[in-house]
This record gives sequence, structure tokens and C-alpha cells, in this order.
Amino acid sequence: MSQQIVPAGAGGALAVQKGGRSLVAEAQAHDYVSIIIAGQTFGIPVLQVQDVLGPQRITRIPLAPPEVAGSLNLRGRIVTAIDLRTRLRLPKRSDGAESMSVVVDQGGESYSLLVDNVGEVLSLSSATLERNPATLDAAWREVSVGIHRLDGSLLILLDVGRVLDFATKIDAT
Amino acid sequence: MDDLLSEFLTETAEGLGTLDTELVRLEQNPNDPALLGNIFRIVHTIKGTCGFLSLPRLESVAHASENVLGRIRDGQLAVTPIAISLILGSLDRIKMLLGALEATEAEPDGKDTDLIDQLNAFAEGRLNAVEPPAALAPVAAPPPPPVPVAPPPVAAAPVRAEPAAVVKVEAPPPPAVRPKEEPPTRVAVAAAPAEPAELKESAVAASNIRVNVDLLESLMTMVSELVLTRNQLMQILRSQKDSEFAASLQRLSHVTTELQEGVMKTRMQPIGNAWAKLPRLVRDLNIELGKKIDLQMKGAETELDRQVLELIKDPLTHMVRNSGDHGIEKPAERLVMGKPETGTIMLNAYHEGGHIIIEIGDDGRGLATDKIKAKALQNGLASEAELAQMTDQQIYQFIFKAGFSTAAAVTSVSGRGVGMDVVRTNIEKIGGTIELKSQIGRGSTFVIKIPLTLAIVSALIVECAGERFAIPQISVVELVRAAPGSETQIERLNGTPVLRLRNRLLPLVALDHLLQLDRPGAAASEAIIVVAQVGNYSFGIIVDRVFDTEEIVVKPVAPILRDITMFSGNTILGDGTVIMILDPNGIAAATGEVTVHDSYAGEQAAKSTARGAQRTSLLLFRAGEGGPKAVPLALVARLEEIERTEIEYTNGKPVTQYRGKLMPLVSIVGSTAIPTEGRQPILVFSDQNRSMGLLVDEIVDIVEDALNIELGSEKPGLVGSAIIAGKATDLIDAGYYLMQAFDDWFGTAQDAEFGTADKAKRVLLVDDSPFFRNLLTPLLSVAGYDVSAVESADRALDLQEAGEEFDVIISDIEMPGMNGFEFAETVRSAGKWRNTPMVALSSHATQQDLDRGREVGFTDYIAKFDRDALLNTLSATIGMQRGGEQRGAL
Repeated sequence: MSQQIVPAGAGGALAVQKGGRSLVAEAQAHDYVSIIIAGQTFGIPVLQVQDVLGPQRITRIPLAPPEVAGSLNLRGRIVTAIDLRTRLRLPKRSDGAESMSVVVDQGGESYSLLVDNVGEVLSLSSATLERNPATLDAAWREVSVGIHRLDGSLLILLDVGRVLDFATKIDAT
Repeated sequence: MDDLLSEFLTETAEGLGTLDTELVRLEQNPNDPALLGNIFRIVHTIKGTCGFLSLPRLESVAHASENVLGRIRDGQLAVTPIAISLILGSLDRIKMLLGALEATEAEPDGKDTDLIDQLNAFAEGRLNAVEPPAALAPVAAPPPPPVPVAPPPVAAAPVRAEPAAVVKVEAPPPPAVRPKEEPPTRVAVAAAPAEPAELKESAVAASNIRVNVDLLESLMTMVSELVLTRNQLMQILRSQKDSEFAASLQRLSHVTTELQEGVMKTRMQPIGNAWAKLPRLVRDLNIELGKKIDLQMKGAETELDRQVLELIKDPLTHMVRNSGDHGIEKPAERLVMGKPETGTIMLNAYHEGGHIIIEIGDDGRGLATDKIKAKALQNGLASEAELAQMTDQQIYQFIFKAGFSTAAAVTSVSGRGVGMDVVRTNIEKIGGTIELKSQIGRGSTFVIKIPLTLAIVSALIVECAGERFAIPQISVVELVRAAPGSETQIERLNGTPVLRLRNRLLPLVALDHLLQLDRPGAAASEAIIVVAQVGNYSFGIIVDRVFDTEEIVVKPVAPILRDITMFSGNTILGDGTVIMILDPNGIAAATGEVTVHDSYAGEQAAKSTARGAQRTSLLLFRAGEGGPKAVPLALVARLEEIERTEIEYTNGKPVTQYRGKLMPLVSIVGSTAIPTEGRQPILVFSDQNRSMGLLVDEIVDIVEDALNIELGSEKPGLVGSAIIAGKATDLIDAGYYLMQAFDDWFGTAQDAEFGTADKAKRVLLVDDSPFFRNLLTPLLSVAGYDVSAVESADRALDLQEAGEEFDVIISDIEMPGMNGFEFAETVRSAGKWRNTPMVALSSHATQQDLDRGREVGFTDYIAKFDRDALLNTLSATIGMQRGGEQRGAL
């Protein structure tokens, strides 16, 4: 998959293009909410995050895709919870602790992403951004926009749209 | 914008909307003075208001129209298509001017002398020598132009200079809340003859007020919150036996429910509002395209949320236009194909299980799969190889892709270039789905399903494998507790659970199995069965526990989950937990039964649900040599398994002791002798107090399938063969075996071929005994009759009211409620069936009965169990009838 990092404008804004995929413009989203899943840090653009919640009571949804952990009640609204561990093909949590939720908005609908922990809001600049290594696992490459080099760790930038795009294609039913 | 102006715009837009429909109606009922009076009054009012507000251009156009209408009203002019087209044309001009007025707050410059001259010329009778509108070139009297941008073809330059005027046919909601009073002066001024209608109108108008939509929206949200809080309080109350809060909370609960219902009503509008423009659209299409199309609208009073209505208005219009444009063929073409000259576009709306279903169908040419394939290839959407593998259904889905709209589409009414992809997107935005059925040469139907999101539905809360679910109360027929050792218990046929309920076998589905729920411990021995009904199909859902019924707010599921057919939505309970709402339709589909709505080609298809035995439950089994055999499940009372040692012989015939009586046992023809060891499966047939056990080798399955008996049989004991569950299966003649057990159950069994005429004759069978209905129906079917069976005379009369016709009616005499004699009397006294031959079936056949039968109008009277006599009589009776017709035809 070819990538081009094209500087676009004096403000240091970035546009990252992927061959054949939609354009992901990060011009204004320099701030990211950091989340930790299985020891790995990820980042979600802060403007897409609506809520950060502690452990929630989640109702299982039978027959739903395995990535869907269920649904929860957020102040009277029903929000679908997505287990990011499953989505990223990571094993279930073994330490018995409960997950935290990051509520994001995608296409007018709210979704709750289940993560191990939520970190701080980080301000990241394009200087530390790298593209995905060619050897990166396919499931991760699908949802990752790039990698930031932080002090002592790496942060994977998540594309929320692609994270949520796991439903089987229903072209001709 | 000036309040007065905005008020004027809204009012006049409404008036114009009404006029569209009324004018089309007037064209079909030219001599209706009330209609004409109403139309005149509205135009007159518009003219008056325009003058009052100093809008000279509008006033002149309205005045010219009013002139023509006045002449018509006075009888000096006739209501011809030209007249209607002219008036509609002037209305379009007014709409255009209103649009410009709204945009710029002033009338556009220019004159409408072209139109006004035409109107005046017509009023004075000078326009007589005009060609009929169908063949129209732009020079002669203009056909009604499509509403949005196009000016009438005979356009002077000034009019064309305003193409940018955006015609908003629907005026936006007024910006401020404003009580509307019908000014009494206007009513007095209108010199219309239809006085009573006028006064009634203004009285109605005076009792309505306009309210801002946003205000209603916030009211609705607050009420929803109130409902949820009320639910929480009630939940708490339930856990506390005696509480001083009880009485007050109950009262609060009632009031909240009423408040909720009231507020919801404000948002609900009949779907007829979205359909209002369609008659005119179809009329215009007829003229434009030279076709004959009849628009039928059913269920216009079905209500749905206002917002939803707004969103589907355009898609509906687009689809009707498509049907008229691409679907319905020209009259000549239709005649060649043997169809009636006039095509039909049918709209049908109804509520079902928390959704509103809208069907848009036509009896035109259907979707041309090859054209779609070609377009798909052209647009690069699929390769040749992929296309070759696809089913028709999959190919139809291509029309929903962007850019797929057929080229050179005529300017659409909405003028927004709506394609099917936009239609689908709009519908999915509100949580709905759209499906498509089509048959080449017969027509296409779109089915739109939209959840009633604001619906507050009564639902039964059940629990299964530790999880709770809601089932809409409306689908629940009853609850049955099944425990081992109790009266009702779940029996299994090769693993498939069934329940014997009041002499019927009810198919069951285990919810935990269906939803793949993990059960922590072993399965509970006790279970509750929720008997659900979807259409005509009843089945039972096995759950662990049932709680109570709650009023829940239905919310649509998230888009990712929309394909899970088991759920129709989800909701939040009083304690804050989210639970899924089961969709009985989806569950029924999963058990193999599919609810089919066949709504194109109008009434004939719709009536087919009344016909007996379209899909029957059949019990499949093996007995003796040969392939699988089947018997209608409804005939079978019980499935038993007895020890072979319990079979005794009396008089050389095998019997067994069953429920305190001796039950004769019969073997299927061709079976080998009964072995003496092991367990013997038996099908028990019962009627009243007699039972018979049919010995079989193995019970295979229960299926629901259409019973099309293809090969009649000469062999005793067999009705014929049919393809059931994909295999050639022999349908056994239960009657034959019953006769073997009890000689006096039937007359001699002799098979014969009857009914050799070309068209299947329709027979109505009226008998309160399900046993006999199920017995006679397959017999008559194989003899070539198309049978409808009902259980009472009342039901039969319902069918008569519904317009059903039959070639002969067979009726039992002894029935609860209206007996056979009374039924015959009623039928003979009035109604469609007055001359339909009627045959009486009865176990009483004294001379007195025969006489009475003839007296009340029965054509013939037969003893109930004489099958041959019955078939003979039917054939003779219909033969006489048909003979008359045929001779007439020759």
C-alpha cells in the first residue's frame, strides 16, 4: 500500500494519503486522547471523542459480530460498545479488571470503544510521525494512520472510521 | 420576512396543494357541484388575498383562472381535459411566482400575458379548435408542465428569464408560533354556492393552530425522559409491597401515559399527506407519456412521525415516477401481452410489529435483469463472471448504486435528481430498509420498512439463559407453562420440539438455540412457551421465565446490527439496562416460515391469503417401502410410541389400549407384518371420542410447504405425490386408513378423475370441524379444485363482503353460531353469491332435512361421508354453470 505524506500549508498540517482509500486529513487534530490496550498505546483525535467512561454495564447482543461487545445506556441513549481487543485481534483481558470506554461519534452515531485504560491528552506534532512499517500486522495496518515516536514508547494513530468498519460487506442481500 | 407575507405563503401553498388533488378529482367527476364549488372558492380566496397584499401579477393570474372556473360553474363551459390542464398550468405559474416571492420578498418582474390570454380565450370559447393534450406540441394549449422549473411551453421571454426561481412546493414551517384565525371577511366574500361546505371548512380551520416544529420536538424529548423516570419509579414501587407512594405513583403513571400518547399524536401524521401530490403526478405522466395508469392508494390513514414523513416524501414520489416511466408499458404493448390496457400503480401502507411498511408496486414490465447487468458492467461494478453467478435478487441490488439511474430521465417532480441510491440512503438514515421484488412481465414491488421510532410499545419481558429480551405484546397470543409430567409438555420429533396445544401441534423454537446463547448450567426442566402469531402462522418460543409487560420506547438498532433479523430494535428498561426487542417476523423466518406479501397485481394476489392450504404443515414419515410419506399435521392428534408388546389382536385386527379405550391400529399399505419387539411409533388420529393409530416405521420431520399435488394416485391410501422439502413425497389419504379402522367413517373409497375443465374451479368449504376441513381440502385439491376453507358461516360471509367469488359453496349444516340452513338463507337473500350453487353436507339426511335444504336454497344435499357423491355433485353442479357460460361464449 503506497503512502504519501504531503505537507499542506504553513501550519504544519498533514494530509496522509493511502492508495485507494479515502483521504484522512489531520490538519486540525493535533491533540489525541491516548488509550492503552494490551500494553500498546493508541491515539484517537480528541475532536472525535465525546466521553470517557469508567466500567459500564454492557448488555450482550446475541448474533452480533464478535467485535461488538454489546450495548450500554449512556444518559438515556443506547450506544453500541465495540471491544477493541477483539477488533485488533488481541486476546481477552486476563487480569480480570474491567474496561474503560471511550465514546466516539462516527457518522452521527455514537459508539463506545472498550479499552484497558485511558491516558492523557497528548499534543503531537508531525515531526514525530512515521508511516506504518511494512511488516505491521494486517489487522493493525487496517486501522492505523501512522506511528508517533514518543519518549520510551510508540503511539499508533487510530482511524475511527476504519475501526468501526468491520461489518461484513452486505452488497447483494 | 414580514409575518403577513409568510402567513400568506403558507396558506396559499396549502390551498394550492388541495387544488392539485381536487382538480384531478374534478376531471374524473366533472358533474360534482360541491367539488367545483370548493375549487372555485379556494381560487377566489387566493385572488382576494393577492389583491389585498398588492401582488398584481399573482392577482391577474388568479383572476384569469377564477374567470374560467366561474364559467364552468355557471355551466357555460364544460370540464374538459383542456380546461383542467389550463387551470393546472395557471396553478403552476402561481407556485413559481410564490417561490420567487419567498426568495426575494417581491414579485418578479414580467407579465403573464401568454397564460392569461389563453385562459381568457378559453373562457370565451375561442380555444375550441385545439388538439387534445396527448398529442401536444408546445404551440397549442400546454399540457400541465412538471412543477419545478420548466415554464409552460408557450412561454414568453420574461417568464423564461426566471429559471432560478426555486419552487418550494412545501412551504417551510413558519418561523414563529402564530395562532391562525380564518378571517371572517374572506369567507363572506366568496360567492361560492357551496355554502354548507364552506362554513364547515372555516369551523375546522378555526379549531387548529400552528405550532413550531422545534417546540414539539423538545416537548417530545421531555416526555420521553418523563416516561423513563416513571418506569424507574414503577420498578422501585414493584419491589415494595405497601408503600404510601403507591396510589400517587399509579396516578402519575396513568397521567404520564396519556400525556405521552397525546404528544405523540401531535407528531404523527397520516401518510396520505405524503401521497397528496401523487394523483396529479400520475395524471401528468399519463398525458406526458401517452399511457394509462391508475393509482391506487391503500392505508392513507396510516400514521407516522412527521419527520419521517418529510424524509420519505421525495423517495416515494421518485419511485412512483419510476414505475410510471419505466415500469408500466404503453397501452398497446399491454394489450399485446394480454394485460388490461390501464396499468396500476399500487401504494399500500400499514403498521406491523413496530414498523410501518410501505409497498409501492406496479403491474408493469418488471426489472430487466439484462439491462441492469449491462449497466453494471458498463459502470465497472462487477465482472462478467461475477454477474453470471448472481441471483436475480442480487442483480436487482445494483439499481441502488450511485450513478445507476437510467439516463435521459424526464424532469422529476422534486427536481432534485433523486436516484435510487439517494432513496436508499434516505430510508436507511431513519433506520429503515428497502427491498425489491420483481417479475419480468408482471411488475415490481418495493417494500419499505421504517421503524416507528417514537413508538411506545407494550412488550412482554422474558428471560432466557440469563439474558432478558422484549417481545411486542401485539404478537403474543398466550403463554403456556410446560413442565415434565404436566398436561402440556414439549415433545420432540427427531430433536425438533413441538407442543400439543388444543388438538394442534405447535412448532416450537428454543430462543437460546436461536440466539446462540450460552447456558451456564444444565438446561432447566421447566420452561415457558410464548405462543406468538405472525400473520397466519403460529409458533411457540421457548424461554426460561416471563416477567411482566412494560411500556417501552423502541429505538432502532445501530447500523452495524441492522441485518440481524431477530431484533426489531432495542430499549432501555426502567432499571436502566439495555435489552433487545425480538422481532417475531424474524424468528418466524428463521424457523423456515416466510411471510410473503404479494401485493402487486392488485386484488387477486391479496386475496390469496384467504385460500386454504397454500402452505400446510406436513408431518413426514417413513412406512413400508418407497420414499417418504406425508400427512397434513393438522389431522394428527398425537405422536405416540408404544411398546410392541402392547399390541393386541381382536378379530384378527391389531389394537392397543389407549387412554382407557381400545384403539384400532392400521398399517400403511405395503408395510411388512408388524414386528413383535421394540417400540412402535404411531400417528394418532382423533375425532370427538374416536381414535385410530397409524403404524409407521419412523417419524422424520415436520415441514411447512406448499401442497401442490402433482400426480393423483390410483392406489388406495394415497392422495397423490407432491414435492415436499425437495423430495418426491407421497401424501397419504388419512380418510382411507380411518375407514379401515372404523367402517362407518366413510363410504367406499373409489378414486376417479374429476374436474377436467381448464380453469381451476373455486370451491368454498364451510365446516366448523378442522378435521374435516383438513380432510376434504386435499381431496378436492387433487380433484382439480381450488379450495378455500373457513370455519364458520360468519367467516364465509366476511369473504363475500370482501368481494370473493366462488364457483360452488359447500357447507356443513350443524355448526355453532349460524348453522348451514341460516347461512344458505342469508346468501340467497342478497349479495354476490346469490346465484352461486350451494351444496349441503350433513350427517343428517332425512327427507325433512332434504326438503328444508331445498327450501333455503341449497342446490344439492349430500351425506357428509359420501366422498364420491360429493365429488360427483360438484362436478355436475359446476358443469351446469360452466356449460351455460361456454355455450354463451361459442
